[in-house]
Amino acid sequence: MNNTADVIIIGGGVVGCAAAYYLAKRGISNVIVLEATKSIGHGGSSRNGGGVRQSGRDVRELPYAMYGIKNLWPTLSEELGVDVEYTQKGNLRLGKTEEHLKKLQTLASNAQSVGLDVRMVDAKEVQEICPYLSKDIIGASWCPTDGHANPLTTTLGFYKRALEMGVRFFTDAQVKELKKVQGKVRKVILTDDTVFEGETVILAAGYESRYIARTVGIDVPMTRLIDECLVTEKQPPMFDIMLGTAGADFYGHQSRHGSFVFGSDCGYESVTDMEDPSSLTTNSMTLSASCRAIMDYVPALKDAKIVRSWCGWLDDAFDGVPFISKVDGVPGLILACGFTGHGFGTAPAVGLMLSQMVAGEDTVVDISALRYDRFKPVR
Amino acid sequence: MIDIQAKLKEIGPYVEEADDNMLVCRCEEVTKGEIRKAVHEGIFTIEEMRRYVRSGMGLCQGQTCGKLVKSIISRELKVSPVEVEPASSRAPMRPIEMEILAQDGGVEHE
Repeated sequence: MNNTADVIIIGGGVVGCAAAYYLAKRGISNVIVLEATKSIGHGGSSRNGGGVRQSGRDVRELPYAMYGIKNLWPTLSEELGVDVEYTQKGNLRLGKTEEHLKKLQTLASNAQSVGLDVRMVDAKEVQEICPYLSKDIIGASWCPTDGHANPLTTTLGFYKRALEMGVRFFTDAQVKELKKVQGKVRKVILTDDTVFEGETVILAAGYESRYIARTVGIDVPMTRLIDECLVTEKQPPMFDIMLGTAGADFYGHQSRHGSFVFGSDCGYESVTDMEDPSSLTTNSMTLSASCRAIMDYVPALKDAKIVRSWCGWLDDAFDGVPFISKVDGVPGLILACGFTGHGFGTAPAVGLMLSQMVAGEDTVVDISALRYDRFKPVR
Repeated sequence: MIDIQAKLKEIGPYVEEADDNMLVCRCEEVTKGEIRKAVHEGIFTIEEMRRYVRSGMGLCQGQTCGKLVKSIISRELKVSPVEVEPASSRAPMRPIEMEILAQDGGVEHE
């Protein structure tokens, strides 16, 4: 087995698979992807509500979120040969209190300042856009170019296409440490002591990236945070917009297949811990709390049956935006982690930018605000 | 560790079979051929298969087709069925209406 490649990507999630695809597309197909578990997309990539949105994002993320929605998402299904169910019908972020509206207005103003088409709508317009919503909603932000997609088929679509283009994938291949050779990152060592070698190493392993980066002396300031999702049985077609709330009670959409997919929480996420984080045990309180939150905004769904629920860990960056960055002290290493629970929608753009960073080009938009060393002492 | 490209080479290309049109997952209407073909596209685990073709994702949660999907994948991969891990069980055990599930817990207790 040839364990050497131009690029080694650690993490077989949507970001790693997208990076592999865009590298192969530009002719760099001597790429190896290492996935720690037995399944591609086992982590956050399959444990989110599928939002492909710009509204509500930090301005540091908006330029590439907007780039992906304009240039990459519309043709993705065709490019990958897998239906990623991309649906661009807009996104309402709902508010029930004046406090909520203030928060939404601030986010909308920030987004408008970098050119996003997003505006505030009143209760009447909310009902016109989506008549299934509660009359308690007093306003919302509306972004007509937002939407949603299927994170499961998107991740596996990037994987399938990259495989066809010659990228080598290894599953059940958990990375233990990185090693430098002559001052440059070079060796990627697995827990079973298998050694891979690459000119460039992309670290896209979610929260676990922190442990791996530490082996070459880099600390990435993020924590691990649980998040849960649920899905209903098929419903008649009701609406195709994406929903979110100012209070962050829940988010979600109706999938093309008819099921509603929602993400939600019970309020104790920041102190949730598990003896074995890989067991991914759902919290007994969350499912019912989610149902209450959803029915408060979409009462029409009260008779919809919940089919299943699941959870995942997200890599929660200290300041809420990811680390997409080369590392000064470790030439050859590129970080792509800390996506803070909203990495799915930007994954194609991030994958493309990672391929540009590997090739030594400028990225399609400036992402210097996402450097790993952006933190300075506060006092 | 599984080398996906090496395994794909080992099992060879997808070859159509006479009963490929047979429905395996009745809830989501997934055929044997769709599952077999997916294996040759690199879908090696039940977890991935559920996400890729939706087998076992319907109302019965794969309680009917789970074993069958497992045997099709293992045959295609030329491994023993015990090497193919079953899907995770997900709450709730049976589909439950939101309005009923919502009564479990919360702030108002008698």
